[in-house]
Amino acid sequence: MVSTALTQEQQWQGSLEELRGLVSERAMTGETMMLNMGPHHPSTHGVLRLLLELDGEEVVTCLPDIGFLHTGIEKNIESKNYEKAVTLTDRMDYLSPMSNNMAYCMAVEKLVELDVPERAQAIRVIVLELSRIASHLVWLGTHAIDMGAMSVFLYCFREREKILDMFEMLSGQRMMGSYLRPGGVWRDLRPEFLPALESFLAIFPAKIDDYEKLLTHNPLWEDRTQGVGIIEPDVALAWGVSGASLRGSGVNWDIRKAMPYSGYEQYEFNVPLGEHGDVYDRFLVRIHELRESSKIIRQAIDRLPGGLFRSNNRKFVPPPRAELGQSMEAVIHHFKLWTEGFSAPDGEVYVSIESPRGEIGCYLHGTGGNKPRRVHFKTPSFMHIAAIPVMTQNHMIADLVAIIGSVDIVLGDCDR
Amino acid sequence: MGVTQKLGNLGVVTTTLETAINWSRTGATWPLLFGLACCAIEYMSTQGGTYDLSRFGMELNRASPRQADLIIVAGRVTRKMAPVLRQLYDQMADPKYVIAMGDCSSCGGVYNNYAVVQGVDEIMPVDVYVAGCPPRPEQLMHGILTLHEKIRGQRIVDWA
Amino acid sequence: MNIPNALDPVVSTKTAFGEGIQDVILFRGETTLVVAPFNVAKVARYLRDTNGLIYNFLSDISAVDYWEPTGGISGRPARFGVSYHFYSMLYNRRLRLKAFVDEDEPVVPTLTTIWPAANWLEREIADMMGIKFEGHPDPRRLLMPDDWNGHPHRRDYPLGYETIQFSFNAEEILKHKPFARE
Repeated sequence: MVSTALTQEQQWQGSLEELRGLVSERAMTGETMMLNMGPHHPSTHGVLRLLLELDGEEVVTCLPDIGFLHTGIEKNIESKNYEKAVTLTDRMDYLSPMSNNMAYCMAVEKLVELDVPERAQAIRVIVLELSRIASHLVWLGTHAIDMGAMSVFLYCFREREKILDMFEMLSGQRMMGSYLRPGGVWRDLRPEFLPALESFLAIFPAKIDDYEKLLTHNPLWEDRTQGVGIIEPDVALAWGVSGASLRGSGVNWDIRKAMPYSGYEQYEFNVPLGEHGDVYDRFLVRIHELRESSKIIRQAIDRLPGGLFRSNNRKFVPPPRAELGQSMEAVIHHFKLWTEGFSAPDGEVYVSIESPRGEIGCYLHGTGGNKPRRVHFKTPSFMHIAAIPVMTQNHMIADLVAIIGSVDIVLGDCDR
Repeated sequence: MGVTQKLGNLGVVTTTLETAINWSRTGATWPLLFGLACCAIEYMSTQGGTYDLSRFGMELNRASPRQADLIIVAGRVTRKMAPVLRQLYDQMADPKYVIAMGDCSSCGGVYNNYAVVQGVDEIMPVDVYVAGCPPRPEQLMHGILTLHEKIRGQRIVDWA
Repeated sequence: MNIPNALDPVVSTKTAFGEGIQDVILFRGETTLVVAPFNVAKVARYLRDTNGLIYNFLSDISAVDYWEPTGGISGRPARFGVSYHFYSMLYNRRLRLKAFVDEDEPVVPTLTTIWPAANWLEREIADMMGIKFEGHPDPRRLLMPDDWNGHPHRRDYPLGYETIQFSFNAEEILKHKPFARE
């Protein structure tokens, strides 16, 4: 049984009655029009359905309808052991798969009290910041193309190709590498990785200047984005907005500074803050974050310590192949970990990190066995889509497109 | 195809017409601007500068299904999205082609559960399956070229 | 600006609510306060508004199902556990509030009046776990289609997977894939 069991009439007409408390009274009388900005739409950044109540061109109420990409990842992870579940976490926020991996791995490491060596922490920082740059490039490209600036899309994807090539050097896959594992990273850096990274960092600041030259002081861009989609800081906090969207309103909260993880306290970087909380400020915050990420990567490369790339606690981390010929214990650990997997205690932890979109939190509850009882991801896009109606009060549909772009939502992140 | 109905089976002339029509169809198959999940990002990369889809005439993504020839189902199709996708397919005009891009639309992919349709061929007939999670741009281009070969093999009499 | 001194949340809530705080769990450096379901909104409001606590950011609401396939609810007082994760931006610390919710009458008061962020978080739990939130302004299904039966994140709900297609069950599987034959 493939499609849902609604009758033809119910599917295509819908009923206004069920929306009685949610839309204004004017919709009930027909004074305002209900328009469906459907799941298939070029500007909704994925399969998001927005029910708009329109008074002419102005949006009175906006009701988001999500779930068109709900894949049941959380339930699927309950049937896999801890190491195998990393591959499923890649696919939630598909623009920055390493951040999802990181949240999940940190939760597992906290639950079983697994250490992460210094080199692994530094590699993780490099990979996370590269992933942040890649995600912001897609954001910039799609945001600009929604507003009509088409060449920025091509420039951003050109830079992104270089980053994806670097990810391929690390993990063998361009996007969904599952490179971060509990205890560290999957394998050490290839010899061709650092030169490629150096050459990327050499050209990248000039590219950011290119994007700024095209957009930042462009009168069309400023007209379309300044004063649009304003959200006050206390309203944003109450609605659970986090990350760059919150910093655009002036709230100085960056988890990398507030509760540093993976060695972030060693790196010097600024946290850009906006002032007005409009689309333009959020845009500027993310552009500056691109520069800050390049700075962090530079420091991480200079500081890269030697040593292990993954914890050598053999109760949780499988031994490398070379060791299997030498030691019997290695064989036993290898067998146990690759067939059954390690066990985690019957307790709950919550860990959150700063993904490019905001705060991604992983709630992990173990059973005492080798599979988790429950994994729940609090994803930033989920909270931000709920906050979109607050930002679009009294705006027009064209502004709505700008706002959706500026909040940087990814529907895989929202629906999981 | 009103032209062929007038000409009928004129032997040599019909065959050349077929080749010409099929060739023009491969030259510009306009895809529907449709992306679901991660494969859509690789599709966007394929359209970008490094792996260019414009050389196949596919740079123009039509947002309206009535104007599109090709639907590249890029990403996982969930049970909630399935009726929407079927409606889009029904709204497309003949001749239409379907590429199932990625593992999730070919066979359900990594997700074998209650929420994901196990392959978009539960809903619509698929012409080319492109494997990968997500498929590299080169893999997608190979899939598109395979589709072009399939189009070139089509006969006009099927449609009239 | 005068920032009042940080209070210990455990001591402070125990003084305010006494027996209302049923248990305090310290695990992996995280503090969890266990309360009865009907007290959740009161304690949450207290945590947000009291000087010295100011947990002003609702990070996450999660629900766990303690049902075991071999039987029982793994020694917990009730089948479902709802965890609220709070974060205080002023004092930079986290706290978890947990309520064990009964299977027969899974009702918890809503926090949407205190944090609008709770709106969708609770809606998702109501959709996926079947826990009702009293006073929620919009209790429609969020992630699943409107006419879906059942609550997928419950542990007795099957994963719903399709068995691997071999030659002996190929016909059966292909019955609902009409277009896959060509």
